[in-house]
Amino acid sequence: MSGRLLAGALLALLLALPFLPMGGTRQQYVLHVVIQIFLWSFIGQAWSLMGRFGLVSLGHGAFLGVGAYTTTLLWNFYSLTPWIGVLIAVGMAVGIAVVLGIPSFRFRVVGHYFALVTLAVGEVIRLLIIAERDWTGGSLGLTLKTAGSDWSVFAVQFADKRVFYYASLALFVAGLWVWDSVDRSMARSGLEAIGEDETAAASVGIHVTRFKLGITVLSAALTAVGGVLYAQYFSYVNPDTLSGIGVSLKIVFAVVLGGMYSLLGPLVGTALTTALSEGLRIAFGLKLLGMAETIYGLLLIIFIIFLPSGIYGSLRQVLRRRATKTAPA
Amino acid sequence: MIDPIFLVEAAINGILLGGVLALLALGLNLIFGVLDIVWIAYVDLVMLCMYAIYFLNAVYGWPIWAAGVASLGLGALLGVGVHLLIISPILTSAPINQLLATGGLLFFLQSFATFLWTTDHKTVRLSLPSYEVAGIFLPATRLIPFAISILAVIALYLFLTRTYIGTAIRAVSQDRDAMALMGANPQRVYIVTSAVGGAMAGLAGALLIIQYSVHPFFGAQFGPLTFMVCVLGGLGNMVGAFIASFIMSEIIAIGGVVISTEMGYVIAFVVFIVMMFVRPGGILARRQ
Repeated sequence: MSGRLLAGALLALLLALPFLPMGGTRQQYVLHVVIQIFLWSFIGQAWSLMGRFGLVSLGHGAFLGVGAYTTTLLWNFYSLTPWIGVLIAVGMAVGIAVVLGIPSFRFRVVGHYFALVTLAVGEVIRLLIIAERDWTGGSLGLTLKTAGSDWSVFAVQFADKRVFYYASLALFVAGLWVWDSVDRSMARSGLEAIGEDETAAASVGIHVTRFKLGITVLSAALTAVGGVLYAQYFSYVNPDTLSGIGVSLKIVFAVVLGGMYSLLGPLVGTALTTALSEGLRIAFGLKLLGMAETIYGLLLIIFIIFLPSGIYGSLRQVLRRRATKTAPA
Repeated sequence: MIDPIFLVEAAINGILLGGVLALLALGLNLIFGVLDIVWIAYVDLVMLCMYAIYFLNAVYGWPIWAAGVASLGLGALLGVGVHLLIISPILTSAPINQLLATGGLLFFLQSFATFLWTTDHKTVRLSLPSYEVAGIFLPATRLIPFAISILAVIALYLFLTRTYIGTAIRAVSQDRDAMALMGANPQRVYIVTSAVGGAMAGLAGALLIIQYSVHPFFGAQFGPLTFMVCVLGGLGNMVGAFIASFIMSEIIAIGGVVISTEMGYVIAFVVFIVMMFVRPGGILARRQ
């Protein structure tokens, strides 16, 4: 009960954050950082839906890139509102997930092999975006056509960061809800069984391909939505920051750092990596370019070796162990 | 219509690229076969060796061959270092954690290189002649690496088949538990394997810096291709990896000329994905 109360208080605080007196520029900065944390946590959650069941994808940049580019291109060339664009973007991501998923799961491409296949898919999307430079802008990226006003619901472009703050918060909370629903569902047991031993799972009547495909489609769809929000917020898309091996690994790292088997793991990991890179950027400016990633690459190696369930995951294990110890027998 | 001479030239370039790719893939595949771990950061070790050669040659004025030998040694040291510091503590962890730990190393090396040497492209300038045979241009900067690479592949083959430790390495890659039962020391085999794999990375670095400029994202550029070659050939299967590197490099070279560079890679990657479904054990594997 106290946990629920705490969560409510925290949510109330987050809702009030944009209205706390902080001074104009500082407020803008705080909001910018928090928006990024929510956005990447949401994407991380989407990834961990698959990752926690042993479906490690190193190609989530594919879904992210497809999401962001679909709405941006549709808006720039056909002035199609992102409200409809997002549906098409999700459709495209789901399409890729199905085309990739059905053969992968039918032919039992698992473990390393699945990771490498998804990695190839992420690279293919990145290269296709670069290759189609006539309309995607190639590796220079693409700027969202401006709607011409500071407040356009139709174009989903707002000069006020608070709108994006609430949007990313809503998305993040929705992501938590999806994660939690999966966690409580029967599908979770099925997927866990598949992750442990596919043959055994199939022998007790679990439809392996259907379960895996379902979670992949869900994960891809959510990631695409994250990509759309990214594009709307930054109003600039670039194949290297949205697709390919770099961003795909970044998503995975933040989640593993936080803990991929727990609800708040992606948030903790993303908050930590964002705080680290922002902190170093403020402290040293552009002099230490690459230092933040150097540190978190190092942290990642250390974590995998010593704390494989991540910061939040390990913390929770310790707390739980203590709780069971103090509980009356 | 494309002039056939361009296609022939592209095909030859593909073979020349394939030789170097084979060297990269064999080093990675050797490690994979023995340790059952994919070193995602393998090509980033190559990148470090390329930087080492650049600094030794262009800044300190060493002759290129001496820098190349130094890079071979550096590669071997790096290989052993990676094994002792990162791989041995997680040898029994879940495969995914192993993949992610070497992925962390990739991030670390790439960012640290950015931090130390910025993102500028660095080139070793060599003035080597070009040969023209029947209207086809053959630069020595590609012929020499190809020749050395093929020699190195043959040397590796002889090492694995003719020496005692080479036989032990092959034995571990076939059955690591039985190997320990036979009284061999797997730890020693692992270290030798990592050193040999690392030395091949060093050699590949020496051969690549002649043709390409080095930058912190070099690993990200060649890394995915190298894993795909390994997987396509069958992880741990040396002959398969050798053949696969030529298949991939031909697709990239010819696709690059006929359509565009990016599309050459796209086709190669799509071929890889499809092959994973059709022949997950590699091109030489028989279907069970």
